[in-house]
Amino acid sequence: MSSIDYNQIMSIGIYGSAIGLILIGLYAVLMKKHLTKIVIGLSIIDAGIHLLFVAIGYIDNGTAPIFSPKGLEMMAAGKTMVDPVPQALVLTAIVIGFGVTAVALSLVIRLYRHNKTARIDQIKSLKW
Amino acid sequence: MKKVLVILMLAVIGYSLGTSFSTIKFGENRIGDPKEEKNVAAYYLNRTPDELSVANVITAIVVNYRGFDTLGEVSVLFLAATGLGSILYRRRKKGEHPEVITKPASQLLQSGSKLIYPAILVLGAYVFIHGHLTPGGGFQGGAIIATGLLLMMMAYKDFEIRHNVLTWVESIAGITFVSLGLTGLIYGKTFLENFLPIGNLNDVVSGGIIPIIYIAVGFKVAAELAGVLETLLSNKEND
Amino acid sequence: MIFSLIILIVLVLLLLAAAIYAVMQKDLLYATIATGVISLILSILFFIMQAPDVALTEAAIGIALTTIIFVFAIRHTSRREDEVLIHEESEAQTLDNKENM
Repeated sequence: MSSIDYNQIMSIGIYGSAIGLILIGLYAVLMKKHLTKIVIGLSIIDAGIHLLFVAIGYIDNGTAPIFSPKGLEMMAAGKTMVDPVPQALVLTAIVIGFGVTAVALSLVIRLYRHNKTARIDQIKSLKW
Repeated sequence: MKKVLVILMLAVIGYSLGTSFSTIKFGENRIGDPKEEKNVAAYYLNRTPDELSVANVITAIVVNYRGFDTLGEVSVLFLAATGLGSILYRRRKKGEHPEVITKPASQLLQSGSKLIYPAILVLGAYVFIHGHLTPGGGFQGGAIIATGLLLMMMAYKDFEIRHNVLTWVESIAGITFVSLGLTGLIYGKTFLENFLPIGNLNDVVSGGIIPIIYIAVGFKVAAELAGVLETLLSNKEND
Repeated sequence: MIFSLIILIVLVLLLLAAAIYAVMQKDLLYATIATGVISLILSILFFIMQAPDVALTEAAIGIALTTIIFVFAIRHTSRREDEVLIHEESEAQTLDNKENM
C-alpha cells in the first residue's frame, strides 16, 4: 500500500465537506417550494461557510490561542498557536446568522396567516 | 428542465470553489514567529499578554482590537428582536391573557426543570464573567441563560417574564457599553480605549474595561434572546 | 494517527448524510432535527481544529435556539411539505395536475 499523505486526506475531507454543505444548501434554496424548507437551506449554507473559514486558520500541531498556565508551558515547549483572526470573525457570523433566520421565519409566519398556505407556487395574488 | 440547469450551475460552482481552495494548503504555518510581526495574527498574538494582561486572545480581539464591530453586532441583534416583535404584532383585546400551551407538561419536566434551572443560570453567569480567562464570553453566556429561561417557560404555564423588565435590562446594558466607549474618548485618544489599570495575567480582575464590557454584552444578549423566544411562544394560534 | 483519521472520515460522512436527509425529507419536523445534528457535528469539528470559543458559540446557539425557533415556526404554519390547499372543485383539478408534474 503506497504511503497516502495524511495531510491530503484531511484537506480533502474538511474542504470537501464544507463545499458540499454549501452546494446542498444552495440546491434547497433554488429547487424547493415550501418556505420553511428554503429557510432550512439558508441555515445549511451558513454552516458550510463557517466551517470553511475556521479550516483556513488551522495550523498543524497547533494549540488553542489561550494564554492559560497550561498554554504558557506549551508555548515554552515550542508549539505554535493557531490563527485567532478567522475565529473572531466566525464568532460574530454565527450570532448574526441566527438573527437572520429568526427574522426570515417571522416573515414566513406572517405570510401563512394571510394566505393560509406556505408554498410559493400556490400564492396567486400577484399573478395576472 | 429547471432541474438540469440547476445541477449544471451547482457543478460549475463546486468545481471553481474546489480548484481555488486546493491551492490553500491545509495546516500550513502562515504566521511565522510571533516576535517578528509580519502579519496581523502575529501582531495580535505578540501584544496580548503584555499590553492587556488578558489570557484569551479571541476575547482581546473581539472586545479591544475590533471592539467597534462588536458594537455593530449587538445593534444587529437588537434590530432583529425589534423587527420580529413588530412583524408578529397583534392587537390584544382588554384583559386577554395570551396562552398557547393548553395541556400541562409532564411530571418529569416539571420537577426536573425546577431542580436544574438555578444551575443553568449560574453556569451562564460563570461563562460570561470569566470570558477573558477561559473560552467563553458574553455571547455564549447570554445564550445559555436564554436556554434556561426557555426551559422554565415550556414547563410552567404561568411563568412569564414581563416585557418591562427585559426592556430595562437591555437598555441599561447598552447604555453601559456606549458610555464606556465615550469615557475612553474623553480620557484617552480613541473610542473604546482601555483606560482602567490592567492587572496581572490570569487574575479575575484584570484587563481594564474588558470584563465590564463583556458582562454588559452578556446581559444584553440574554435579554434580547429571551424577548425573541417570548414573542414566538405567546402568539395565539387561530386568528 | 490512523484512529483519528477514521474518526474524522466518520464525522464527515455523518455530516453530509444529515444534510442530504434534511433537504430530502418531506416531514418538516424531522428536517429540523437533522439541522440540529448538523450543528452538533460542526461543533465537534470546531473543537478538533483547536477553536474552543467557536465550538461553544455554535453549540449554544445552533443546537438549542435555532431548533426551537424552527419548531415554533412549524407550529404556526404547516407540518408537512406537500400539503395542497383545495379552493373549489375546478381549482382542485389543476392543483393535483401540478403536483404530479
